[in-house]
Amino acid sequence: MSEVSSHSAQTKIPPSSTDEFIKGLWRENPVFVQVLGMCPVLAVSNTAENALAMGLATAFVLLMSNILVSSLQNFIPKQVRIASYILIIATFVTITDYTIQAISVELHKSLGAFISLIVVNCLILSRAEAFASKNTVGKSILDALGMGAGFVFALFCLGAVREVMGNGTFFGLSLFPEGFQSWIVMILPAGGFFTLAAWLLIFNLLQQKKSKQ
Amino acid sequence: MEPDKMEQEQAIPTSRENIKMLRAMVGISALCGFLIVLTYEGTLPRVERLRAEALEKAIFQVIPGTSKTKVFAYDGSTFIKADDNAADIVYAGYDESGNLMGVAIEASGQGYADIIKILYGYDPEKQHIIGFYVLETKETPGLGDKIEKDKDFLANFSALDVSLSDDMGKVINQVVTVKQGTKQNPWEIDGITGATISSRAIGNIIGESTMTWVPRINKNLEKMKRNE
Repeated sequence: MSEVSSHSAQTKIPPSSTDEFIKGLWRENPVFVQVLGMCPVLAVSNTAENALAMGLATAFVLLMSNILVSSLQNFIPKQVRIASYILIIATFVTITDYTIQAISVELHKSLGAFISLIVVNCLILSRAEAFASKNTVGKSILDALGMGAGFVFALFCLGAVREVMGNGTFFGLSLFPEGFQSWIVMILPAGGFFTLAAWLLIFNLLQQKKSKQ
Repeated sequence: MEPDKMEQEQAIPTSRENIKMLRAMVGISALCGFLIVLTYEGTLPRVERLRAEALEKAIFQVIPGTSKTKVFAYDGSTFIKADDNAADIVYAGYDESGNLMGVAIEASGQGYADIIKILYGYDPEKQHIIGFYVLETKETPGLGDKIEKDKDFLANFSALDVSLSDDMGKVINQVVTVKQGTKQNPWEIDGITGATISSRAIGNIIGESTMTWVPRINKNLEKMKRNE
């Protein structure tokens, strides 16, 4: 899907560098449009803080792997490209894992098993395969920044809504007066699906409206 | 490259291509290995310090009323003062006036996904387990990780009976996890439906650990009380 749309954009006008960045944030948003990497999106978006940390960790891995993949594109034969990409991605995930441990034990505990699962986040592999392996380092950095920002944005959208509704707090700060009955289901896995569905609905409505104009 | 030529080459890679593939994989592996080791070494001191702080916090949590802790190592027959890096250690907790409030013991065992590391507090006066904290777990989020979040499950560990036989030789009833809602005896842990394996693992870890540590502690209790 992403390849098709970027291809059509290229035939009209050559994409500018800001376009390379903006497309990930909005037109090809990895979560709301491409619907990629749903496992962490649903699982770690129960609070705004978790969502932000997970989004930033993923964006970092995406950026670093895009840089390495695009700079090594002539060095990697295509028969072993997937193995090489996974190796590169896994390395940066491990690095992220150690770094988060060094930042805060609590944060590491709450993100827990999901950090290592960034390895199999299809968003990162798809950007390596569909973009970074065919483009220059500069463009790949912009692509990774855009896609990463789009992923952080999407996760934050989910996390904020779920925390406010399910816990009555925002970044741990209480929002409602005492006696507020929080909507527990929103921080449970089911709430992730509800919130994602609502956001997808909003995004599709917006896009439909835009295409009619 | 022409399509038919490409197909041919893909079917039987030439030795030159083999070397290229090998070079790429070995090169990338070496680079990745180097990066990982670099980060590991770079973050290790800070990670260790944070872990020590977290452990201290956990000790205060599993032995309520503690304000000072002291590390003791078991040398085969008795307890001697030691530092954090010694083998076979327990943490004795004292209140402001130096009374022994309890002993925190680290234990670990196989869970569902990986080794679970826990810390529990033992009160020699009451002969009870009085606190429990999960130090490290990779259990399935939403299911197995209930062992550190489920309030009903954690309530098991405010008073879990580990009384010793008269000769102080062994714990009379080994701690064991039972099916949710069927707890009848004070040494049983009420399990979690949906986290059966993880909650059973906790029972086994505590059961086995108390079998060895509780008699050891009781035989040397005076020494610990005197804070020697």
